[in-house]
Amino acid sequence: MKFSNYKIENFYDEYFIDSNICREPVKLVVDKINRLAKGELLSRQKAAEKAFLNLGITFNVYSSKEGREKVFPFDIIPRVISGSEWDCLEKGLKQRIIALNLFINDIYSKKNIIKDRVIPEEIILSSNAYRPVCNEVKPPKNIWCHITGTDLIRDEKGQFYVLEDNLRCPSGISYVLESRQITKKTFPLLFESLKVRPVEDYPVHLFNMLKYISNKNPESSTVCLLTPGVYNSAYFEHSFLARQMGVELVEGRDLTVENNFVFMKTTKGLQRVDVLYRRIDDDFLDPKFFRHDSLLGVPGLIDAYKAGNIALANAPGTGIADDKAIYSYVPDIIKYYLNEDPIIPNVPTYICSNPKHLEYVISNIEKLVVKTVDGAGGYGMLIGPKSTKRQQKEFTEKLRANPRKYIAQPTIKLSRVPIMSRKSLEGRHVDLRPYIIYGEDVKVIPGGLTRVAFKKNSLVVNSSQGGGSKDTWVLSDSPKIGE
Amino acid sequence: MLSRVANFLYWLNRYVERAENIARIIDVNLNFILDSDVSKNEQWEPLVLISGSKEYFFGKYGEATRENVINFLLFDTQYPSSIINCLSMARENATTVREIINIEMWEQINKFYMFAKKIAGKKLNIDNIHDFLEEVKINCHIFSGIQESTLSRGESWHFGRLGKMLECADQTSRIIDVKYFHILPSSASVGSNYDILQWAAILKSASGFEMYTKKYKLIRPDKILEFLILDKEFPRSINFCLHRANQCLHAISASSTDTYVNKAEQSLGALNSELAFSDIDTIVKTGLHEFIDSFQLKLIKVNRDISRKYFDMGEIQLTQQ
Repeated sequence: MKFSNYKIENFYDEYFIDSNICREPVKLVVDKINRLAKGELLSRQKAAEKAFLNLGITFNVYSSKEGREKVFPFDIIPRVISGSEWDCLEKGLKQRIIALNLFINDIYSKKNIIKDRVIPEEIILSSNAYRPVCNEVKPPKNIWCHITGTDLIRDEKGQFYVLEDNLRCPSGISYVLESRQITKKTFPLLFESLKVRPVEDYPVHLFNMLKYISNKNPESSTVCLLTPGVYNSAYFEHSFLARQMGVELVEGRDLTVENNFVFMKTTKGLQRVDVLYRRIDDDFLDPKFFRHDSLLGVPGLIDAYKAGNIALANAPGTGIADDKAIYSYVPDIIKYYLNEDPIIPNVPTYICSNPKHLEYVISNIEKLVVKTVDGAGGYGMLIGPKSTKRQQKEFTEKLRANPRKYIAQPTIKLSRVPIMSRKSLEGRHVDLRPYIIYGEDVKVIPGGLTRVAFKKNSLVVNSSQGGGSKDTWVLSDSPKIGE
Repeated sequence: MLSRVANFLYWLNRYVERAENIARIIDVNLNFILDSDVSKNEQWEPLVLISGSKEYFFGKYGEATRENVINFLLFDTQYPSSIINCLSMARENATTVREIINIEMWEQINKFYMFAKKIAGKKLNIDNIHDFLEEVKINCHIFSGIQESTLSRGESWHFGRLGKMLECADQTSRIIDVKYFHILPSSASVGSNYDILQWAAILKSASGFEMYTKKYKLIRPDKILEFLILDKEFPRSINFCLHRANQCLHAISASSTDTYVNKAEQSLGALNSELAFSDIDTIVKTGLHEFIDSFQLKLIKVNRDISRKYFDMGEIQLTQQ
């Protein structure tokens, strides 16, 4: 299997500029693949798939007929990003996350950004993710969004954009860490000569951050990971991270709140918990404050949090900066708090609650991507160019009935990266989710999760919609060639 | 260790042990019947009587025919202790503690459950009932074997072992109780050939026939009872199980077995001593069925005390701290 018949078509291809000219950072990779003996690439792919299966790297699909667990599809050809390109992205991500943290802090305290008329008040108040209960709450060290998984995409010119800020409970990092183990074994020599920046220290940074936000002495603090349980789609990741950090994996029923302190129920009695990395959405966190029917959460947790007796990562209320209508204001947010221009631009966004935007969206629906403001996982969205007249009509009705719930964006022709299809190497659309940890300082894990739409011509990369992943190799600036 | 995890490990082992023993009880009954000339239905009713769900059974099935009782004990998803339910619960528990146990233990439970589920849809005749019961026993042994040879002897192991031992003690007492319900209307048959065969079948269902004959040679009801209830070496005897359970409980609290530091240890220790210092003549004189009844009540209390101490703690624990 070689690149000789590889087709770029009408897209930005991250491997090739022209059918015979590959981009600088991937030169060694293309060389290596072209030099492999016949069948070798395929057999390495099969070995990688088997390793995934044996490691039990699975995700749960709600309402899937074949049962709960599915193996995560994976392609061994790495996605490569040059060091200089990455350094610029990293700066942009840090800038964005620092500004968003200041924004959340402001929204739940002085609300200056509203007073200064940068963001209209009603767009905050009408957001499902706005938590009035968090007003005047001071999270430890003033950090709200401890873990972020920002979605980046590239258009047909190769320009990076931020597509979504995932500030609630972004998942996927376990796939990054596990895929790295596997690609290292798949292309050991290549890996070494390219000097790929490491990702393996993620759990250490995560754990250090969690200890750092404790209100007690970090070294004697007890950290737990709170999961909704085995039926959650990301349960594998929860248990993976808990094991990597050596902390208890707890469910809501393992915890109890007494006198505003949080305890876990152990065989040795109740044990105080100081920091919770919670992988449960705000809605389900505490039935006393949020959804009363939630059995996943811990009654009284928010009281303990407000009393300063437990640190929560991410802090409740961060979802406000994750609302897709707020997203369109992020460039203004960066300007307002940091007095800087955004390093990574936004995708132009139409907010349907704005009547002018709404009319534009409805008359151009066949060209746009329409999404719900609080959606995730690729559920409930319309991709205009791929939709039927009937679907467009349905969406138009939904938009008119509840415009605040929707935004629209132009359909971006996502960049492509080669994957191994049955008989040949073919281009598929990808996005990129880097992970950012905000603790004592802001750490961006080099690379992140490259999600691939395995279906030909598909633009949807979500794992729940037939997407898979690739390892992302961020190169150091000076690759050792010929050494 | 988290109380929930300890609870899951404890019940995972109880469920597997229970599934195994239900297979044993059906097995012993099938043996009784093959050897007897008594009307068939009467022979299956005892199994319903010791199931603890006789109202449910008669309400649903009406008559205690062989087919009904076997279906009830093996595959009735409404009866909590049917084999299929035990395995389904064991699998649920194992899934939740998959990171605490090892992957082979989980795989074994998973395969085992899938196998039983496949059989559950089919109609069984007498031949493949035997085969199925045999498979159940073997699969339970495989599970125990994997656990035995791969799990570290820490808290997880002790909680699992505690569950297994208490369940085994409970089930052995039930197997003995089956015999009580089979005592024939006419006392003439006591000591008859038929009676001897029944006692031998009981031993076999507890996998104790060879161990027993090595020790006692002759089939004698009082000796068989002594063996199944009081023997210090036979691993399915009630006394043996309680002794091991007691050791596990003390290993968990790291305390000496000479005394007790919590209610669970107190009630299990008392029950264990009661048996250790008992003799079979006294038990028979009190009445076997009465003995078993009172034993089971005490075992329920032990289980409740363990749960309160380790699994579902409430506010009491906090004030103790």
